[in-house]
This record gives sequence, structure tokens and C-alpha cells, in this order.
Amino acid sequence: MSTAVAAGAHAHEHHELGFIRRYIFSTDHKVIAKQYMTASALMAILGGLAAYLIRWQLAWPETDVPGWGPFGPENYNAYITMHGTIMIFFVAMPFLLGAFGNFLIPLMVGADDMAFPRLNALSFWTLTVASTILVVSMFLPEGPAAAGWTGYAPLSANALYTGVHWGQNLWILAIAAEFASFLMGGINFLVTTLNMRAPGMSLMRMPLIVWTEVTASVLFLLSVGPLIAGAIMLFLDRTMGTGFFLPDKGGDPLLWEHLFWFFGHPEVYVVALPGFGIMLEILSVFSRKPIFGYKMIVYSTITTGILSFVVWAHHMFVSGIDPRLATPFSITTILISVPFAILVFCMTATLYGASIRFTAAMLFALGGLITFILGGVTGIFLGSASSDIYMHGTYFVVSHFHYVLFPTVFFGGFGGLYFWYPKMFGRMMNETLGKIHFWGTFIFFNCVFIPLFFAGLGGTPRRLYEFSNYEMLAHLQPLQVMATWSLIGLLIVQLPFLFNFSYSMFRGKVAEKNPWHANSLEWTLDSPPPHPNFPTPPRVYHDPYEYSVPGMSEDWLPQDQPMPVGAATAAGK
Amino acid sequence: MIQNWMPESVSTFGGDIDSIIRLIFYIVGVWFVAVEVLIVYFAIRYRRRGPRQAAYLKGDSWREASWVLIPVAIVLVLDLGLDVAGHAAWETEKLTLPTAEYEVGVSAKQFNWEFVYPGPDGKLGTEDDVTIENELHVPVGKVVRLELSSKDVLHSFSVPNFRLRQDVVPGRVIRAWFQADKPGTYEIQCTELCGFGHYTMHGNVFVQTQQDYDNWKRDNLKPASAAGAQ
Repeated sequence: MSTAVAAGAHAHEHHELGFIRRYIFSTDHKVIAKQYMTASALMAILGGLAAYLIRWQLAWPETDVPGWGPFGPENYNAYITMHGTIMIFFVAMPFLLGAFGNFLIPLMVGADDMAFPRLNALSFWTLTVASTILVVSMFLPEGPAAAGWTGYAPLSANALYTGVHWGQNLWILAIAAEFASFLMGGINFLVTTLNMRAPGMSLMRMPLIVWTEVTASVLFLLSVGPLIAGAIMLFLDRTMGTGFFLPDKGGDPLLWEHLFWFFGHPEVYVVALPGFGIMLEILSVFSRKPIFGYKMIVYSTITTGILSFVVWAHHMFVSGIDPRLATPFSITTILISVPFAILVFCMTATLYGASIRFTAAMLFALGGLITFILGGVTGIFLGSASSDIYMHGTYFVVSHFHYVLFPTVFFGGFGGLYFWYPKMFGRMMNETLGKIHFWGTFIFFNCVFIPLFFAGLGGTPRRLYEFSNYEMLAHLQPLQVMATWSLIGLLIVQLPFLFNFSYSMFRGKVAEKNPWHANSLEWTLDSPPPHPNFPTPPRVYHDPYEYSVPGMSEDWLPQDQPMPVGAATAAGK
Repeated sequence: MIQNWMPESVSTFGGDIDSIIRLIFYIVGVWFVAVEVLIVYFAIRYRRRGPRQAAYLKGDSWREASWVLIPVAIVLVLDLGLDVAGHAAWETEKLTLPTAEYEVGVSAKQFNWEFVYPGPDGKLGTEDDVTIENELHVPVGKVVRLELSSKDVLHSFSVPNFRLRQDVVPGRVIRAWFQADKPGTYEIQCTELCGFGHYTMHGNVFVQTQQDYDNWKRDNLKPASAAGAQ
């Protein structure tokens, strides 16, 4: 535990430091978490702007975008690339892993800080460099990368094909720096969880959000290596005239697809699992019930992680790989429905016999579960190779992955913000504004992407600047218009949230230690917690989901309090 | 139900693909509705009505876990069923290449489809081949084999009415086939991002009766040296 001691000693000197060392170059995991949150919020505004520009063009082609101006096909390709890159790498990961993982892991396992506080700060500042590179690329005269967020070669491997030179180079550098940042972060998550848990905090007593964050980190650590190699090869192809992905120089474009998706598919779970972790914490607290099937959920999480390494070729069924590979990859892909079914059924069973309080956080968790299920089941159409022949590359895919990612990143993430805001900032957010934010987001999100499922079924390919060349798509245009109006609505209902978030920081009701009557260790501390986190080292007696234990007068039992003798018997312990 | 949203299927294997899509639709549709209804019902039924205590259910015993594990076992069986059913359709379209009655080369480039027809000698890859951009003419009911290649980047050859899609990869020749069973004009899409003109990369398949096709062939498939050829 010498690391913990060192972190503690460092923190004491910390309090005497000035503003810059305390809030800018801080090594306190809670400050770094807020920095990640700020970074992801700023990038989310850019990602949302890109979505607005894209969707305006799709609904009303070649009209000036209000507040922006003309939007040509070269802008379109650039902004779909930026939208995907930003939302996955610079919003979802910093938000769910950077912000929530950093804030929660040390507090929840009972540690004073991360195992490597300086590495943690370095990880954040590396992400800042990465984001800056990406944003700078958007101001280059020939525009940013325009080869799609998947950067398929040869389109991405030679400037000749897109007309974008340094935009694409900077895209590769930004991605590479982002990977380096999350490698450092992932190592920290893993080491902190394995080595710095409080006495009594066995692995099977950890909150599920910790399990999902750590599983996500391990997936990232194991999958990103091949893509870092791929990114270097792509950079060399572009700048040094090598030909790793260029057939006329003996290379192979499919190599990039393999390297990209070997990382890219686990990446889906890197993002989705922490989102589920947040929803699980919230569900239990506001149902006043233990999570149903804790162990089943832990094993499902791990199984999902393992399976995610052997499904990548489902992105490549029609790519020209040996067609005999399709059925094995269909089987592994569709098999992922099993651990996810366990997860969803356990969440549903948690609601059975509950005593549900519909706070804004709970609404977001339930909304996330409800919307995710549609993302899950539509995945079967794409996992089955024969059905995928028709669905691949259409708006059906676009809707499917938005239904997987939006519920986990935004419903999960917003739910987490409403839930942990009092712990992060010491004040409560406004519940009424929170509920308006939820219902607006829930309704408008569904109204954006349900029409697009049907556009996809009708045969609309994704990534087209406009559809007027296609007679067969003319009757589907109203769906595009509806999706765009709904997107505008979706963006507008984020305003009450932004107001609520910033106003409550100064004027919100002062939060108690444990406003939701929750069990995990962070709620035993002041809001916000001091640094170092635990004035007295905590001792843990049971898992964090002991709600409504029979024979007790209170319906919650913090992890640092032993189970009363009578209650333990009644609970069958 | 789901088919009403899809363009008409006019190839021999299109029906097989549609059957799989339909099968998946009904299976996941039932699960989707059942789980969503259950969640909404639980949310309403078990809302907080005063300080009443919730049930203490951890799902640790086999008896409780079976509420989850039995439905999951059904999911697993259905998964495997879908794998088997899906394989048959995949095999027809992608693993078997029936004897070609008609062959066309497809050469993709930013942002056009070049269709290479055999000239009077009836063979592809000879000097009298005729290249026509963005128009694929084929006789109805004949097995057509396509030899797909690309001159620059990735493209994807897709004819939604045929339920046919195949990426086109530079440096390779990839074979695909179809047998259209209804005359008409069907649109060809490029469904892999291929550059700024991606959205303009559009073609048509003209599925013609033998008579119409023969007339078209007589007028258009002359060797490049002959007058009037494109």
C-alpha cells in the first residue's frame, strides 16, 4: 500500500497549492474526472453540430444550412467522419470511462486516489492534445479527414482519392494520441481495482459499475494494439510511400478492415458496458432492491468481453473475405445475445416487486434499458450473414448502432450525472428540469431513429450526400425530414440540461452525504468528498446492493456497516 | 409485414434472404414486445406508494436464477436455429456459383460502374469486349455471373431488388451471381463510401426478355472498332 500512502502524502501538500496545480494540473482523480467531463461536453457540442449539418443536408438537400451556410458533398463526407470520430473517441470514452471511471473507481473501492495519480493527469492531458489535433484539422483549408470514421483504405491511404492531405494525417495522429491516453487510463483503472481495494472489498462485493469499467479497460488494452500498428502503417502509406494497404504496391485493403474491426467491435463494449454499469447502480437504488443476479451479471459482462474478440468479421460479411467465414462469425455474433439477454432479464427482474422512485436518474436508466433493447434485437438482423447481405451499409445499420450507443452513452451517462451530481458538486440538480430533459430526449431520440430503420429497410444506403439520383428512394424522403426535425428537437431539449447543470452548481440545494439513501462507499463521504478521499480507512462488510433487507427498520445498509445479526438470518445469509 | 417496407424481390435467391429477414423479425419481435411490456408493467405496478418495503430478491438461488436462465436457454436455442436457417440462404447466394449462362465484367471506379460485355466472340477478356458505363443489360431468367474489380478504392455493388451486395476490392477479382426472374429496370447502388462523388455512383440493371435483350445486343455489343459503339 505504499502507493496509497504516497498518494495521500502528495494530496496533503496539494491543499497548499495554488489554483493552477489544484484545478488545472491536478492529480486528484475527482478533479481529473471533471476535466474529462468538461472535455467530453465540449466535444459533444461539436459532434452535435456535425449531426445537425448532416441531417439538414439529408432532409433538404443542397439548401443553405441555417446558421452555417452552404454544405457541399466534400463537407458532408468530412462531417460524417468527424461526427463518428468525435462521438466515439472524444465523447463516449472520455465521458463514460474518463469521467465516471475516474470519479467512481477509487471512491467505490475505498481507495484514496488512483494507483498512479500522475499517470492519470498525463492521460487526461494526452487526450487534450488529441482533441486539439482533431479540432485543428477541421480548420485546414482542404478540410478534415473525409474517409469515414472507419477510415477504410485505400480511400484513407492516399490523398489522391479524397483530396484531403493533412486533415487525414492529423486524424490518424489524433486517434493514436487518444489511444495512448486511454491505455494509460486503463492501466490505472485495472491496477487501482486490483491492488487498492479497502479491507473486506472482495471482487464479488464491488459495485457493478466498477466491474464494467474494469472489463471495458481490459478489452481496450487487449484490442487496441493491432489498430495502433494499423494506424502507423496507414500513416506511413500516406507520408512515406509505403503500400501496406495499397494493392498496386502489393498491399491489401482488407488488412485495414481486419485491424480496424478487431479493435472496433470490442470498442462497442468498451463504451456500452460502463453505460450499463451506471444504469445498474441507479436501478438498484431507486427500486430499493438488490440487483437481481449480481453474479450472473458479472459473468455475463466477462463473457461479453471474451466473445467480443471473436465477432469482428461480422462487419465484413460482404467485404470479400472468404465466404466460408460468414457462418462461424454469425454464430459467435448471435451468441452475444445470450449474455446480453441475461443482463436485460436481470435488470427487468430487479424491477419485480420493487418500490420505484421515478427520479430523473431513474427515468434515464429505465429509458436507456428500454431503448437499448431495440438496438440489441436489431443487431440480430445484422449478425445473421444472409440477412446482412440486404441490411449491410443501409440506414438500418445507422439506426441499429445509434440504438446501441445512444442509450448507453447518453441515457446511461445523463442518468449517472443526475445521480452522482450531488457527490461531484455538493449540490442537487433540479428534478423537474431533469424530467423535462428526460422526456424530451426519450421522445425525440426515438423519433430520429425509428424512421431511419424504415429508410434502411427501403434500401437507403448510408453516407450518401443526397438521394435524388435514386428513383427507388424518392418515397422515403419524408422519413429523412422527420428524422431531421426530431434531431433539432433533440438538440433543443439539451438546453434545460445545460442550464440545470451549470445553475445547480452554484444555486442548487446543498446536498447531504447520502441524498438517495444508497449503499456504496462514496455515499459515506461528504459531498463533495475531501482529498484524500477517506479520512478513516473504510471496512466493507457486504455487497453494495443490500436494500430492503428483511428485519431492518431502514431500507438501506451502507457497505461499511455490518449486517445486523437478526437481519442477516432473515436474509438467509 | 416487414416486407412491405422493402423493395420488390426479383431474383431467385431474394426470396430466401427475405424468409430469413422475416423469421428474425417475428422471433425478435415477440421478444422485444414481451420484454418491453414487462418492463413498463413492472415500472407502473411497482411504483412507490408510500414507505412500503420492496421484496428482497437477490437471484442467488437456482430457483430464482431460473427466472432468467430458462428464458435465456430459449434465446440460445432460437439463436442456433437462426444460425442454421441463415446458413442455407448464405450458401445459395455466396458459397455456390451456378454455371454461368452469361458473364459480365464490372469495373468500379470513382464514380462510375463500367460494365464490360463480351464481344461477338462471346468471351470476356478479349480485344472485342465492349465497355458501357452504368448500364447493365441482362436477359431474364439467365444465371448471370459478375466479375467485380476496382480501379481505385473500395466500392460495393448493391442491387436492393436482387438482395445482392458485394464489396468491390482493388487488387482482387470477386465473383458474384444472380438470376433475375422479372423484367424491369432496377437501380444499382454503390454502398461503400468511395469519395466526394459517392452519392452520384448510380447505375441501372435492365432485365430484359430474351427478344428485347437480343435486339439490344445486336445494336450495342459490337467490337470497339465498329462504328456506333460506345
